[in-house]
Amino acid sequence: MALQVEFRDVTKAFPGTPPAVDRLSLTVEAGTILALVGPSGCGKTTTMKMVNRLIEPTSGDIVLGDTPISQMPVKELRRMIGYVIQYVGLFPHMSVAENIAIVPRLLGWGKARIDARVDELLTLVGLVPETHRARYPRSLSGGQQQRVGVARALAADPPVLLMDEPFGALDPITRVRVQDELLAIQRKVRKTIIIVTHDMDEAIRLGDKVAVLRAGRLVQHQPPVDILRHPKDDFVAELIGHDRLVKLLSTLSVASVMGDAAAPAAAPAIDRTATLEAAFLQMLDTGRDELAVEGGGSLHIRDLLRASTG
Amino acid sequence: MSLADFLASRWEDILAVSWWHLRLSLMAVGLALAIGLPLGIASHMNRFAAAVVLNTVSVIYTVPTLALFGLMIPLLGIGVIPAIVAVVLYSLLPVVQNTYTGLANIDPNLREVAVGMGMGRFTRLFRVELPLALPVIFAGLRVAVVNAIGMVTLASLIAAGGLGDFIFRGISIMSWNLVLAGSVPVLAMALGADYVLKRTEQRLSRSREGAAP
Repeated sequence: MALQVEFRDVTKAFPGTPPAVDRLSLTVEAGTILALVGPSGCGKTTTMKMVNRLIEPTSGDIVLGDTPISQMPVKELRRMIGYVIQYVGLFPHMSVAENIAIVPRLLGWGKARIDARVDELLTLVGLVPETHRARYPRSLSGGQQQRVGVARALAADPPVLLMDEPFGALDPITRVRVQDELLAIQRKVRKTIIIVTHDMDEAIRLGDKVAVLRAGRLVQHQPPVDILRHPKDDFVAELIGHDRLVKLLSTLSVASVMGDAAAPAAAPAIDRTATLEAAFLQMLDTGRDELAVEGGGSLHIRDLLRASTG
Repeated sequence: MSLADFLASRWEDILAVSWWHLRLSLMAVGLALAIGLPLGIASHMNRFAAAVVLNTVSVIYTVPTLALFGLMIPLLGIGVIPAIVAVVLYSLLPVVQNTYTGLANIDPNLREVAVGMGMGRFTRLFRVELPLALPVIFAGLRVAVVNAIGMVTLASLIAAGGLGDFIFRGISIMSWNLVLAGSVPVLAMALGADYVLKRTEQRLSRSREGAAP
């Protein structure tokens, strides 16, 4: 189950400073990932924390499904929202199983149901229940702790998940792996996920849509491909970086732009699920301007040019 | 009389008095814990309580121990009760201060996660904050116990018994056997308590490091 999250004209002003979040309206469709991205102080974390009411908006409201969150009992609201923060925030005095069991216990689940759920979740995030459930967080690697953090957030099957720079403390290789795992998990559980990051690459990889914030204002809110094709202004373009078009090619698959015509007999082959970046590199590498797509069809360099401008 | 002969003739006496000494000390620390822990928690939850409680216990702590026993006489007379009261008052500082510090120094991220997951004020206190503060609270308890064992020696001066009886009588009649019969057990108890509590403290924090305990 997932619920839509809708921000309705939400403003948060702290006394004596410009608004941290300024008249934000946007909708996160049920079962999709929204990546909130922007530099430090742009209001992305404030925006996220208003969803589980760690911060109360000054004006406007947030609607979960059909219910404005201001009308829900706050503890009940928080127990139906999974929460993952940077540095994971696992409790060091509790075992992995106890950490995962927190919200189910708050909800009064029975022991057998909790135990079964803990094992189910550990398996879901790629850990072995028998070897991991009794261990303490400090004996786990950063990536393993991150997985337990995700398992804990999913424990009571919440319709919404909030993730605040969840992979910020991981090394680049582990980060990409855990991001892929998150996407794989999302394909199974289909939650509404709001993920805060300052890393545009991460936002593009993870988000079904990306919302770029600057000084509390929503600058652009679109699927990653559209943001990469048409950054709204210099600020967004700068966040993406000089290799914007490479990132665009790495976001699109061969299947999304290929043609039906058969390729010339000698054309090198490429998989339909490969990225256009891989296809482009193969063209450069082999000196050919056309590739044969495995299973029929072809990819010409003209297709790439069309893809880059949309 | 040689020390060996003295010990041979008086060992039952020494053992009984030592036991009484230890009981007085532990009773006092137990009471200090029962009073100090809630005070430390209250100080953590409320800034006004913190100002009042922390200042009061540190003022009490600055009174010299001997003077504190002296002050008890006009208030409560002499004997076991005023002695225990004095030791309790003196032991409050390490208990309250460490409870307060232990709770105040918890990683704010962990507290926020606890709130964000939907824990109430008291669930958070008992499930997250106190367990995380436990090693620091325990260190305060250790200081309190070692202090109390030493302080109860002086309780002899207001007729509460304990190993101080041997020491002061020994000094007044210049019997070094008697002085040793009082001071060596005090020293042994203090060192023993320190060692045992320190080990427990280490086990507490180690159980969180590795695999299942």
